[in-house]
Amino acid sequence: MNGPVERIWVYLATSPLLWLTATLVAYQAANWVWSRCRMHPLANPVLLSIILLVVVLRVTGTEYRVYFDGAQFVHFLLGPATVALAIPLYRQVQSVRRSLPVLLAALCAGSITAASSAMLIAWALGASHETVMSLGPKSVTTPIAMGIAEAIGGLPSLTAVLVMLTGITGSALGPWVLARLRIDDQRAQGLAMGLASHGVGTARALQIGEVAGAFAGLAMGLNGLATSLALPLTIHWLLK
Amino acid sequence: MLPYITLLLACQLAGEVTARLIGLSVPGPVIGMVILFALLLLRGGIPKGLEEVTRGLLGNLSLLFVPAGVGVSVHLSLLASEWLPISAAVVVSTLLTVAVTGLVMSLSTRGSKR
Repeated sequence: MNGPVERIWVYLATSPLLWLTATLVAYQAANWVWSRCRMHPLANPVLLSIILLVVVLRVTGTEYRVYFDGAQFVHFLLGPATVALAIPLYRQVQSVRRSLPVLLAALCAGSITAASSAMLIAWALGASHETVMSLGPKSVTTPIAMGIAEAIGGLPSLTAVLVMLTGITGSALGPWVLARLRIDDQRAQGLAMGLASHGVGTARALQIGEVAGAFAGLAMGLNGLATSLALPLTIHWLLK
Repeated sequence: MLPYITLLLACQLAGEVTARLIGLSVPGPVIGMVILFALLLLRGGIPKGLEEVTRGLLGNLSLLFVPAGVGVSVHLSLLASEWLPISAAVVVSTLLTVAVTGLVMSLSTRGSKR
């Protein structure tokens, strides 16, 4: 048990360096696969990196807590990145002012649908309380969604996964829904994609066009804000 | 560059403190985002340095989701036991949200064109 390989492993297992490096390597490998698959939504790089790292943790018998000791340095940047979302939001200030009433109506309808339909479907099909709560912020961009999940009694790490699945679902099938409903206004297309499936949907909307991309980014920011203000208050009021 | 990294962290810090002071269950970084947005409105433009720092951060935004996402390894058995409600909720709700948002937005813009 005291060979050189074991000694090296004992060193690596107690240092944050190994899992921080592994996270960056896995992400870049996943990005490479994604570009090889011509950015197919099902080859989503976040999904691929997560699968890759979960397999590595299983094979090496490493606990998530040990992994996170290293990966927390990347995780910490989510806070400042969320603050930085103010910049794309600010860039859209002019187009928001122009279509404000319409936009707010669509935002309210979409935000309420996103949270309530997910929670009701899961509840009706017998999901646990924690799962239902984790599903509430599923359409919100991850850093905000995880904070909301924590506030309403969901599991932030489960929410992060549900948010990714939501993003992939929306970017793969959203354009099909829009085509079936004959929605051809780019502002409506973008707003729908960004609201339902946050950053992943915004990336897909940018491929539709610049206007769609701008409105998707805006919808992502506003839905994050609206849901984080309204959902915790609504849940606390309902469960009182 | 350093002043703008400090600005982002200061906005987040102010957001965290505000969230606790008011007792609202809104994430601190979200309040930080509103604070920065208000600052940009007051200033009337985005400083170049802030734009550069932000580009680096938001350009690799997907990477930042990975550590938390790997936390699924803790919930694999939960996902396996509740796969039906979870997958039904995610797929149906997401497509319904796309439809509702798109319809409200396009119906009203169609109306405003006339």
